[in-house]
Amino acid sequence: MIAAEPLFRAAGLSKRYGGVIALDRADLEVHPGRIHAILGENGAGKSTLIKLMVGVVAPDEGRMTLEGREVAFAGPAAANDAGIVCIFQELSLIPDLSVADNILISHPPTRLGMIDRRTQRRIAEEALRRAGAGDIHPRALVRDLPLSRRQMVEIAKALARQPKILILDEATSALTAADVTKVFEVLKRLRSEGLALLYISHRMHEIAELADDCSVFRNGRRISTFAAGTKTDAEVIELMIGREYKHAFPDKPVRKPDGRPPALQCKALGWGDRLRDISFSLHAGEIIGLGGLDGQGQRELLLALFGVLRDTSGDILIDGDKVAIDSPVTAKSDRIGLALIPEDRKTEGLMLPMSVRDNLSAAAFDRFSRLGLIDRQRQSALIDEMIRLIEIKTASPDLPVSALSGGNQQKVVIAKWLMNRPRIILLNDPTRGIDVGTKQEIYRLLRRLADEGAAILLYSTDYDELIGCCDRVLVMYDGAVRRELTGAEITERALVSSALNVDDGEPAKASAP
Amino acid sequence: MTEWRYWLAEQRGTLLAIGIFVAMFLIYATNHPAGFSANMVQTASNKATLLAFVAMAQAIVVITAGIDLSVGMILTLTNCLASWIVVGTATETALGVIGVLGTGVLCGMINGAIVIFGRLQPIVTTIATGAMYYGVALMLRPNPGGSVNETLADALTGRLFGVVPTSLVALAAAALLIWVPYSRSVIGRAAFATGSSEVAAYMSGAPIRAAKFAAYTLAGLLSAIGGLFLTFFSYTGEAAYASGNAYTLFSIAAVVLGGVSLMGGRGSAIGAIFGALAFRTIGDLLFVFDFDPLWQPLFQGIVLMLAVSIGAFGLVRVRNRLEWFG
Repeated sequence: MIAAEPLFRAAGLSKRYGGVIALDRADLEVHPGRIHAILGENGAGKSTLIKLMVGVVAPDEGRMTLEGREVAFAGPAAANDAGIVCIFQELSLIPDLSVADNILISHPPTRLGMIDRRTQRRIAEEALRRAGAGDIHPRALVRDLPLSRRQMVEIAKALARQPKILILDEATSALTAADVTKVFEVLKRLRSEGLALLYISHRMHEIAELADDCSVFRNGRRISTFAAGTKTDAEVIELMIGREYKHAFPDKPVRKPDGRPPALQCKALGWGDRLRDISFSLHAGEIIGLGGLDGQGQRELLLALFGVLRDTSGDILIDGDKVAIDSPVTAKSDRIGLALIPEDRKTEGLMLPMSVRDNLSAAAFDRFSRLGLIDRQRQSALIDEMIRLIEIKTASPDLPVSALSGGNQQKVVIAKWLMNRPRIILLNDPTRGIDVGTKQEIYRLLRRLADEGAAILLYSTDYDELIGCCDRVLVMYDGAVRRELTGAEITERALVSSALNVDDGEPAKASAP
Repeated sequence: MTEWRYWLAEQRGTLLAIGIFVAMFLIYATNHPAGFSANMVQTASNKATLLAFVAMAQAIVVITAGIDLSVGMILTLTNCLASWIVVGTATETALGVIGVLGTGVLCGMINGAIVIFGRLQPIVTTIATGAMYYGVALMLRPNPGGSVNETLADALTGRLFGVVPTSLVALAAAALLIWVPYSRSVIGRAAFATGSSEVAAYMSGAPIRAAKFAAYTLAGLLSAIGGLFLTFFSYTGEAAYASGNAYTLFSIAAVVLGGVSLMGGRGSAIGAIFGALAFRTIGDLLFVFDFDPLWQPLFQGIVLMLAVSIGAFGLVRVRNRLEWFG
């Protein structure tokens, strides 16, 4: 394929965690001036490979060479110094420090032993500009920035280290569409400057746009490397999951109106200037998608419905009756039956050090307690049933959740709320950063829940998911519902154009009979 | 947002502590029977300096998201040691001072080494080492006694140019020579980073261990300076268990009053100094208003509660309930 000597080469890398083989004699070549996409399901060994490359963990066997010299890194600092810098999926920013402090955290400019703040600020401003984020103030505290801005700071921080190899691990998953465009421009410029980029993403269209080479990992080994664009999406996914890829999404049944009032109805719901005049009805058995660019009020809408926001205006009706939902406790009560599956599973959804059992129990103690005492037998029975139902892969319900893979953690979050037998399920981007296999299971689960009579409101940043999973899609823009798409109207083109608040130029379609 | 508003946001906790102290001290000074005088300021500052040193020590550790429950005992130990060795000729006294400060540094280094390499919780580690330091103090001074170089003691507890209390100058010097360089150094920033998010600090390649070690060591040094000043005020050494523990607990109160987050990552030792000064003024306020001294603990508790609540006022206006937990 490429004749030139690689910048970086890994050969025969293996890593075991206890009995689990995370990486099994894997190899990889990285060339300067190219963007190399790494594909694979969660658990395929991608993250482990990167952790080895940046010195977070040491390999059990195998060698790595950088510019022809063999390297072994004692820690992330050593790898950074050698020129390998990674932008991690879990952010490495320090919330209480300023943007400038964060960008230069490892090698701040000093004068007389103290940090030279003026020089630091200049370098930080330069790095922010190179990352296409010149609008971020270097003195702002990272904790005050929204997630997408933090990700831009993370990229600026990586650039300030003058890397030879830049690794992006799901680095765009938190970005808004506008930022993704900017980041892509930056990455293409870096490629032309001769940097080697490793790009890890679950978003196929991003890889199609960016990558020069693709490598697919499965079960801890590199299965195949090929030039980008030489294989179809279906072929790539087959390589990733090792079996034929079909029916990613379950069939959508035709729902007949049953004359019952909608399970959930909003009338002119508003909250400050963040939510404006939102009205819709959600029926039992229906999956409604929330689309649009990130940060257009979708998250606020879900929080408003779940009773987290104060001073909302407008009405919420459950089964046709007006209700006041003033806290999550009210929202999940039997009378209302709401569940919210949160976006950030690490902080809002799970108590990571606690066991699967405790996590599953947390929202559902009413189900198996009497007079304030927990009925252990009933608890175990319900939990075993749920683990089977959702196919959570865990050796025991007493294992800490932190020991599970990302996909299984997300299943625990979903299962936790299903313990309550909710009638209306709100989901906030449940498949972000999750592998294809687990995604499919979650889609099947959602459809099954709907068929069993649940009403589902699904916010997703993944267009394919909205198209494949939802009966209707509400596209939000600037806190309001910009457009409602039904059935065959839900196309990528319609989603994108209404998300950007422009007309798609297609003639108005007659509504499906 | 303009530059000064970022500065204001950064210094919010410290400024609040200064504000609380100034308000309380004005009430105290205007109601003092003798009025606002150099004498009154000297007495007040001598009383507050000890706690201020210990509070600085505590703040430096708390910023790394740790806690040092041995600061009061290091103060007691160094007080007992000083009553033995800070005596005699100028040279002997100087060596004695170095010995006392060195002991404080050593105590801090022991704390740091156990927390870092033993991977023990700071709270448990420092309870244990604090008990050990007290044990040594008790062996040094089974009964109160000893003496100190009185010329030095009087010089450092008197007034400079007849106006400024020397103890206050020493406090300012410690802040300027220890805290300011530390907080602006790479190690100091790593300490803030560690306190804010240890995982992120590690991933960023910040020197976490060096930062923690430096924090505990400096805490030992500052506690020892406190112990030295205690000896200068009292002219004796005493292994007083209750007073050692009181310094530890009050140092935590002062740190909180001073706007240092107990979660780590936010605050400054300057804020802690003013927190300590404010905390001491609470007691004095009772004195000028002629309250029964029995009221002091209750009153101190109430004022502390109110002062800490000021920091929570922002939460009342929150419109997204999730911010309550941020």
